[in-house]
Amino acid sequence: MCGDSHTSTHGAFGAVAFGIGTSQVAQVMASQCLLLSRPKRMRISVEGELRPGVTAKDLILYVIAQLGTGGATGYFVEYAGSAVRSLSMEGRMTVCNMSIEMGARGGLIAPDSTTLAYVEGRPFAPKGTAWHDAVAYWQTLYSDADATFEAEHTFAAADITPMITYGTNPGMGIALTGHVPSEVPAAEAESFDKSLRYMGFERGESLLGKQIDYVFIGSCTNSRIEDLRAVAAYVQGKQKAGHVEAIIVPGSKLVEQQAIAEGIDKIFAAAGFELREPGCSACLAMNEDKIPAGAYCVATSNRNFEGRQGPGSRTLLASPLVAAITAVQGRIVDITQYLN
Amino acid sequence: MEKFQTLRTTAVPLPLENIDTDQIIPARFLKATTREGFGTNLFCDWRYQADGSPRAGFVLNNPRYQGLILVAGKNFGCGSSREHAAWALYDAGFRVVISSYFADIFRGNALNTGLLPLQVSDEVLARLLAGIEADPHLALVVDLPSQTLAVPAWGESFGFDIDPYKKECLLNGYDDIDFLVNQKPAIEAFEKQRAWTW
Repeated sequence: MCGDSHTSTHGAFGAVAFGIGTSQVAQVMASQCLLLSRPKRMRISVEGELRPGVTAKDLILYVIAQLGTGGATGYFVEYAGSAVRSLSMEGRMTVCNMSIEMGARGGLIAPDSTTLAYVEGRPFAPKGTAWHDAVAYWQTLYSDADATFEAEHTFAAADITPMITYGTNPGMGIALTGHVPSEVPAAEAESFDKSLRYMGFERGESLLGKQIDYVFIGSCTNSRIEDLRAVAAYVQGKQKAGHVEAIIVPGSKLVEQQAIAEGIDKIFAAAGFELREPGCSACLAMNEDKIPAGAYCVATSNRNFEGRQGPGSRTLLASPLVAAITAVQGRIVDITQYLN
Repeated sequence: MEKFQTLRTTAVPLPLENIDTDQIIPARFLKATTREGFGTNLFCDWRYQADGSPRAGFVLNNPRYQGLILVAGKNFGCGSSREHAAWALYDAGFRVVISSYFADIFRGNALNTGLLPLQVSDEVLARLLAGIEADPHLALVVDLPSQTLAVPAWGESFGFDIDPYKKECLLNGYDDIDFLVNQKPAIEAFEKQRAWTW
C-alpha cells in the first residue's frame, strides 16, 4: 500500500496493492498493519482480440465508461479474459492503474508467463533457487475455476474502439467516432450539463474535428518506455501541428535515461514535442507544467476532473497513440484512418 | 481526534454528483506538512474567481446556507487518496457529509479525521436537498449512538450504517494507532507463525 490512489498499478503483477490516506500511512509505519474491511470481489473479463489501434488504455476507458465512475466502489477487481491476458505487462499496468477511476480499491491480473518473463532478471527479482521457489508460489496465485464473485462483467474486445473522454470524470468516455450522449437520467442531468458547460461541448455532438491546444503524454497511466516508443514510432518523420503544444513526460529518471539512450528524445525534438522533467507533471498541475484556462488538452493521464491540469483546463483522456496522432493532426480525428 | 456523539445543525446543500477530491481541495494546495488551514481553500476553484474574490453562485458564498453538515450528490469524494480532502472539510467546520454514496478511500479518510460520512438512500438524499433548499433553517439531528439522522420538522428519522469499530473510535475520539499498538503481541505472534513467501 502507498499514499497514492494509483498504487493499484502493481496489480498487473498479481499483487494486492491499493492507495491509502495519510492516517493509514501512519498506521502502517507505526504497526506494520492496516485495519481494513474485506472488499467485495468483482471480475471483469474482456474476451477476444483487440482491434488495430486499440490499446490497453482504450480497454480500461471502455470498461470505466460502461460501469461508471462509481461502478466498482466497494470492490477489488480481477481483470481476466483472453484480451487481458494478451496484454503486455505495461498494458496490464495501465489497466490496473485506472481501477480507482471506477471506484475500485484496486485491480489485479493473475500472474502468468508474461509476468514471469517480465520480472526475471530485473533488479530486486529473486535469483537462482529463490527464483524457482518464487515462481512455484506465484503460479498458485490464480482464481479457482469455481471461484465466486459478488459481481461479474464480461465484455467483447471486438466492441472496443479507440476511446476519448468528453466530460469531467473518467466514466464520461465514448468511442472517438461516437457522440456525446443526448439523453441522461433526470437525476444526473444537472451534473451532466454542468460538466458539458465546463468542457464547452453539447449533448449529442461528435468530437471529430475539434481543435486541440495541448497534448500531454505522461503520468503513471502511460509514461513507461513502451508508451514513449509507441509515440516515437508514430511521430518519427512527422511534425506536430503548429498550434499544438505537445508535452512528453517520462514516468521516471530511468525512463528518461532509457529514452535518451535509444535516441527517442531526438525523434520527439524533431517532431516538435517537448520532453519535460520526469514525474507527475501536467497530470495534476503540481509543478509548472499546467494547461491554461479554457485550453483543450488530450492527455494520456487518468483524470479529467475540472481544473485537474490547472484551473479552467479541459482534459480529454485517451491512449498514447490517440494523443500522438492528435498532436500531429491538431484536431480530434478517427485515428484508424491515420495508423502507420 | 475529537469525539463525535450528537449534532443538531442546519446543512449546506451541494446537489452535484461525483464530486472529486480535486474539487474539494486542488492538488496545488497539498504542499503543507500539517493538517490545519486547508479549509480556506475548500472547493477553491468553485468558490473563488481567479483573482480570489468569491463567486456569487457558489453555495458556500451564499449566506442563506449555514451549518456543520454538507449534503452532496452521490459518489462523493471520488478520485485521489488525498486525506487533505477530509481535512479541508473538517477545517472549514463541517462535521458530517451526507450523500447517497461515498468513494471508499474518502470514506476511510473522513472517519480517520473525525468527519462522519453519513450514507442515505437516493430518495432520502433528494428529499433532504429539496428540503434544505426550500428552508435553509431546516434542522437535522445526527445521533451516532443510535445511528439515526432525524429531521424534527418532518417528524421523521432515518437509520444509517457505520462499521462498529469506527463508531467506537468516533464516539470516544480514538484513532487506529491506539488500537493497533494494543494488538502488538497478537501481531508479533502472527508474524512468527507466517511462512516466508514472495
